Amino acid sequence: MEQRPVIEFKDFSFQYFSQAEPTLRHIDLTIREGEKVLIVGPSGSGKSTIGSCINGLIPFAYKGEITGSLSICGEDTKAMSIFDRSRHVGTVLQDSDGQFVGLTAGEDIAFALENDCMEQSRMKEAVKRIAEMVDMGELLSASPYELSGGQKQRVAFAGVMVDDVDILLLDEPLANLDPATGKTAIDLIDRLHRELKKTVIIIEHRLEDVLYRHVDRIIVISDGAIAADMSPDELMASSILREHGIREPLYVTALKYAGIRVTKDIHPGYIESLDIEAVRDGLRAWDDRKEAPLTSEEVPEILSLDHVSFRYNDKRRVIEDVSFSVKRGEMLSIVGTNGAGKSTIAKLICGFVKEDEGDLLFEGSSMKDLTIRERADLIGYVMQNPNQMLCKPMIYDEVALGLRLRGVPEEEIKERVYKALRICGLYEFREWPVAALSFGQKKRVTIASILVLEPKVLILDEPTAGQDYKHYTDIMEFLRSLNKLGITIIMITHDMHLMLEYTTHAVVIAGGRKIGDSTAVDILTNEEIAKAANLKLTSLYELAKRCGLSDPQSFVSHFIDHERREERHEG
Amino acid sequence: MKAKLFDYVERDNFVYRLSGITKLLAFIFLTFAVMFTYDLRSILCILVFSFFVLRLSEIRFSQIRLMCWYVLIFLLMNAILTYIFDPEYGVEIYGTRHELLRFNSRYTVTAEQLFYQGTKLFKYVSVIPLGMIFLFTTDPSEFAASLNSIGVSYKACYAVSLTLRYFPDMVRDYGDIALAQQSRGLDLSKKEKLTVRAKNVINICVPLIFSTMDRIELITNAMDLRSFGKKDKRTWYAKKPLRACDYGVIAGSAAVFAAVMLVAVFINHGRYWNPFI
Repeated sequence: MEQRPVIEFKDFSFQYFSQAEPTLRHIDLTIREGEKVLIVGPSGSGKSTIGSCINGLIPFAYKGEITGSLSICGEDTKAMSIFDRSRHVGTVLQDSDGQFVGLTAGEDIAFALENDCMEQSRMKEAVKRIAEMVDMGELLSASPYELSGGQKQRVAFAGVMVDDVDILLLDEPLANLDPATGKTAIDLIDRLHRELKKTVIIIEHRLEDVLYRHVDRIIVISDGAIAADMSPDELMASSILREHGIREPLYVTALKYAGIRVTKDIHPGYIESLDIEAVRDGLRAWDDRKEAPLTSEEVPEILSLDHVSFRYNDKRRVIEDVSFSVKRGEMLSIVGTNGAGKSTIAKLICGFVKEDEGDLLFEGSSMKDLTIRERADLIGYVMQNPNQMLCKPMIYDEVALGLRLRGVPEEEIKERVYKALRICGLYEFREWPVAALSFGQKKRVTIASILVLEPKVLILDEPTAGQDYKHYTDIMEFLRSLNKLGITIIMITHDMHLMLEYTTHAVVIAGGRKIGDSTAVDILTNEEIAKAANLKLTSLYELAKRCGLSDPQSFVSHFIDHERREERHEG
Repeated sequence: MKAKLFDYVERDNFVYRLSGITKLLAFIFLTFAVMFTYDLRSILCILVFSFFVLRLSEIRFSQIRLMCWYVLIFLLMNAILTYIFDPEYGVEIYGTRHELLRFNSRYTVTAEQLFYQGTKLFKYVSVIPLGMIFLFTTDPSEFAASLNSIGVSYKACYAVSLTLRYFPDMVRDYGDIALAQQSRGLDLSKKEKLTVRAKNVINICVPLIFSTMDRIELITNAMDLRSFGKKDKRTWYAKKPLRACDYGVIAGSAAVFAAVMLVAVFINHGRYWNPFI
């Protein structure tokens, strides 16, 4: 029996008043009761706008012109207020910390019930029941500062489910989670979908991570229109993802590299469903063709940590006896769970906090007596959110700030600023205001404002957070080009793709200790380390194992090498 | 990171068990009583009572040390300024003049002025512990609910709660931004001239304001999506229900208020108790 439709877009278009072009164009989309649908698309494609149209933020918070119709649970949305909609649609936003409005988990879950004037004893009961469903029953009185990102997200889930909504709308649920926590989140969503028979809509660009569990349909949005609406198997077999700049799962890419024809009959939608018999021979043959890896020459160390320990005011040690070294011209990633201490390591290197024991060496000499400002001449630090760094209205002034504060003569400043802007591809924008730039361009401005100081090492905190595949690739290729200019780059990240494809060397931190220090391929194929640091093994490794390849690790390296060559070929 | 606006330490004693509403009402009743009267006898009774409750609540001195310093400085300034601006006010009020010391024709020390300023000092000293008790023994979650139940609009109350929720985040953001800007060469240390330092602080505040604005948009959306503002009222998850002892305390503090008023009307025939006639 056909389920009744709960969301129906009919010839729906939307244009923000602030924009010249419509963001959504002639959308026809029906989602039925109990379905689990994934909406993917590059940034700016309109996928988040679709979410805002469903939950009512459009037109209530963001104004614009709507044509066509949208109905939710059979009601035309024209006649509905944002409150009417929230009875049907529960939205979990991307930033699980920002949307946590209560002072404790219990209060946050109860928020919608409080607004509905539910009597207190019934409210407490409802909160308890829902909290247990998401395994947060024990933590109802915890404040947001005591909860991890994953736990806060569970609170957010509970906070919308407590209202007994029909539709769960999840906006980039994986954006701020480490890989292992992301996996648990997808599991939880799957459980809520099956047990409570909710309709689930997930908006996300990390396709591979969502497909860890079943979804009924994937809808690809590109340029404001629906580019595809099909099952995962069909989508993997097509070339739609590549055409629209969305990253396909790595194992699918590997199959394509190996020259295997990917059709929906081999069930490529999920790695578990993939018909391994059909691809084994092809993969083996490709694996045998691997070339000897390039050997790297010996280069001197530029930065090293020597038995460094650190604690905040007498309490538990945050960093415990960490030693590692970075070679000149390297690209290094520091990975680990949130709160493992990886940001503290960056702060130690920059001198924002002082080590209690051990020493930090730059080109062999101790940095003990260098101030923050002196270290900044050697090591640049770029924060995750560019809005936290930009303080001047004009791009030129922003980039010049560090030099002006150092009293460099204005003529030299001009020369160096222009040089930094050229490197960052911002030279044409030199007269522009910062506000006119996109997020990715702002990021470049912050990098330029650090590069202008000519540091030898650049540390970046989550350089690609919240970026889709295209922008991610842009930023990473840009960093790689800087690296080729001889700048050593250290990235703090929990993005495994980044680590695997762009960094040769990875240091893994868990619980304040170093638990791994090797090549990225080594780390991401090591089950023990992956588990301890909340990482996820790459699907390439799983593919190789399922195929019974003798050396899964070298299969992964082979893939990365192949990809590099492919890119060089294209570029 | 654990940073809170002020330290709330959960303890289990009579004062902590009272509902926030009770403590707020008791605070208001007693404060109004003390602010109204200049009868030293009534004030001293309340003073003894508030220090007794402070003891009872087991608030540690380390929690309130800083606040005590501020209070002390405030009291000192207040006493000096009162005397400088109007050294004869006590004489004016009490209608007699017992001169003790003479500096010049304007500044003399009279028993009336000393008595007046002493009374005023005790007024402050008797209500400040009550304020501390309310602040330190009320679960922050309960603040908004307490304010709402004495008639403050719930939207305003929730703003208080949101401040408690997000203020530590802003402090942390400020710290992070300050560090990153320092590494670009911004000097905030005492080595730099005050004017330059002030300018440098602006360079930290601009990014802080922009990232806070992003946050406000997100919070507003999150609240709208969960029906904040749908009805004229709302209930509170964290509100502590009133029990018998709560009613007792409220009635008691109302009675104290009434008693102070009655003493003023029938015994003193005004706000002042005059021991000089």
